[in-house]
Amino acid sequence: MGLTFRNETFRDDFTYTNSPSNIRRFPFPFVEDQYRYSVNIEPHTPGPKGSPFEHHFDVDEHYVSEMRDRAMVLAADPLRCQALPHMMTAQWDMLELLMTSLARDYPEHFTLHRDGTAWHWINRPLGIDQKFTFLDASTLPYPPMEFIGRQVQGDFSIQDQRDNQLWMDAGIITSQADWSLDFDVGMNFFEWHGPVPLAHEAGVFERALKFLLNLQIGKPVRRLNWTMTINPRLDTSPENYHKWASDRMTVTPENVGQKVHLRVEMQGLFRLPRSNAILFSIRGYLMSLEQIVTVPKWGRRLPRVLASLPPELVEYKSLGRYRDMALAYLAPYDDGAPTSPGGGPD
Amino acid sequence: MSGSLLRRVRVAEVERVANRIKRFRFVDVDNAPLSEFSGGSHISVVMHAGDRLLRNPYSLMGAPSDTSSYQISVLNVEDSRGGSKFMHEKVSVGTELEIGQPLNLFPPAKLAKKHVLIAGGIGITPFMSMMNELDGLHSDFELHYGVRSLEDGAYCKYLQSRYGSRVNIYRQDQGQLIPLERILGDQRLGTHVYVCGPKPMIEWSLQTAKLLGWPDENVHSEQFSAPPPGKQFLVKLARSGREVIVRGHQSILEALEENGVDAPFLCRGGACGQCETQVVACDGFIEHNDHFLTEPERVSGKKIMICMSRIQTGSITLDL
Repeated sequence: MGLTFRNETFRDDFTYTNSPSNIRRFPFPFVEDQYRYSVNIEPHTPGPKGSPFEHHFDVDEHYVSEMRDRAMVLAADPLRCQALPHMMTAQWDMLELLMTSLARDYPEHFTLHRDGTAWHWINRPLGIDQKFTFLDASTLPYPPMEFIGRQVQGDFSIQDQRDNQLWMDAGIITSQADWSLDFDVGMNFFEWHGPVPLAHEAGVFERALKFLLNLQIGKPVRRLNWTMTINPRLDTSPENYHKWASDRMTVTPENVGQKVHLRVEMQGLFRLPRSNAILFSIRGYLMSLEQIVTVPKWGRRLPRVLASLPPELVEYKSLGRYRDMALAYLAPYDDGAPTSPGGGPD
Repeated sequence: MSGSLLRRVRVAEVERVANRIKRFRFVDVDNAPLSEFSGGSHISVVMHAGDRLLRNPYSLMGAPSDTSSYQISVLNVEDSRGGSKFMHEKVSVGTELEIGQPLNLFPPAKLAKKHVLIAGGIGITPFMSMMNELDGLHSDFELHYGVRSLEDGAYCKYLQSRYGSRVNIYRQDQGQLIPLERILGDQRLGTHVYVCGPKPMIEWSLQTAKLLGWPDENVHSEQFSAPPPGKQFLVKLARSGREVIVRGHQSILEALEENGVDAPFLCRGGACGQCETQVVACDGFIEHNDHFLTEPERVSGKKIMICMSRIQTGSITLDL
């Protein structure tokens, strides 16, 4: 598939950008011109070749640089990776799912040899060659979740299931949209969704929880979520709020196209077989407004969606300070023509 | 998204393990590895018994980490539906069957300080995989297993030799009863209790635990009962306008499937909640046989679990 991994940064000089060939595979999350809240859960079945939905865990040109950024975050703040003691079986479940998926889907980059519990993992892009004993954590340089979490794009949390609830009892979270694992660890489904506006009243979380409690082995599901981020910064965590929140003040009508990024999360949910826990993958994608408008359909649709957001969501996603500038920037790209259904480019 | 992924398996072994109880071992037809599972999981087995399509749930008994085969135990009950009779009389080594993916509605609580397992008869089956898992995690557990006699109780010797003094067997033929009050009356904080067996035994256990002040969250039970039979009645489907007759020995779900209607389901035992269906109208009395709906929901008459519940007579209109 000829992936060339970019050498780029998500902080300081922000050299991150999407190659022209990578733009059209961006998972644009708006399927119609009007913003409408929905749970939008669908089966996580293989999508079109080359799309971010082709495989369960998408590897793209940003892989190596994203993993470098994750290592920097973990070095500065080890609490971004935590697992409660009863989650060890689930950690191994996660490692197995990720290793077998990557080795199957990207054989040119990853190889897994298994002989009983004697495993041999090769990660060529990151130069990792590790022999270890499955289910024996002492044979890995990190606990299993952290070992594999340092090698896969996107954040991961693992939910234990008990008392008809899901509990966020483990995770490796370094590229989050303003939420904290250290704060949420040990919380249940309703608690960690506490800050979300409107959806509680609509009964969304009761329905979603009931659905997830019956999530089946081998039938993962996915949904898209989105927000906006100033600069292509992965680590917009509460822990580092002082480093990034003021970036919103730097947006001007002149730089809005380069600075404001649509941040899309492809969220996957997988039942883990040994532990009966649920793995939640949060795979983030960033694209600047000036790259978005290179796809005419997205240039038409994004201003229409942004204009129709309810005020509670503008507040929740902290878009207030620059939404009007973004709308003014996008306005020339909306010629009023109708758009086709679905999020993909025409 | 109704139902579960099915896979074809072949029966590799059948063994009579006690009076009226057979153990079956399944392997993938292509010898591909099966999915790992967690202790307490079950699978559904699809059976074409005569002109009827049955999908009965059975607990997985083997080691959860063994992906080469799955094992279930089936008690031949003199029920009118014929699932267990089919397994006992029509299934032998080499028979091919379809099974669903493992589903766990009876997992051990991972934060428990200790696990007390109470089994009656064939109710031992979910504890086989559960004990395997707990033992591997070095968790504290004890089993209390009531059997009619040693000839009727499956796996007594195996359990005693493998788990030693953690296994307590009570023989009805010798007048031994599980001393529930003593067991449940003397456990330290953080203990969880799990019950699987005949309905009266589960009710007795839940009641005893309640009287002794156990918190509901620490008391778990699982019971696979077949949908109870009744009289024939009519189901009207509000969305499609179709009408389907439910015969006396069928569930609503089975009648819908027989008529090609795709309805949601998962456990088929009234426990998971997946088949909850809105009642649009009903001119009969609903017999709620599930373990999912709350008392107020039952009284409201607006919901029915179509895998287990039925109406006494007349017709019911569903939002399907």
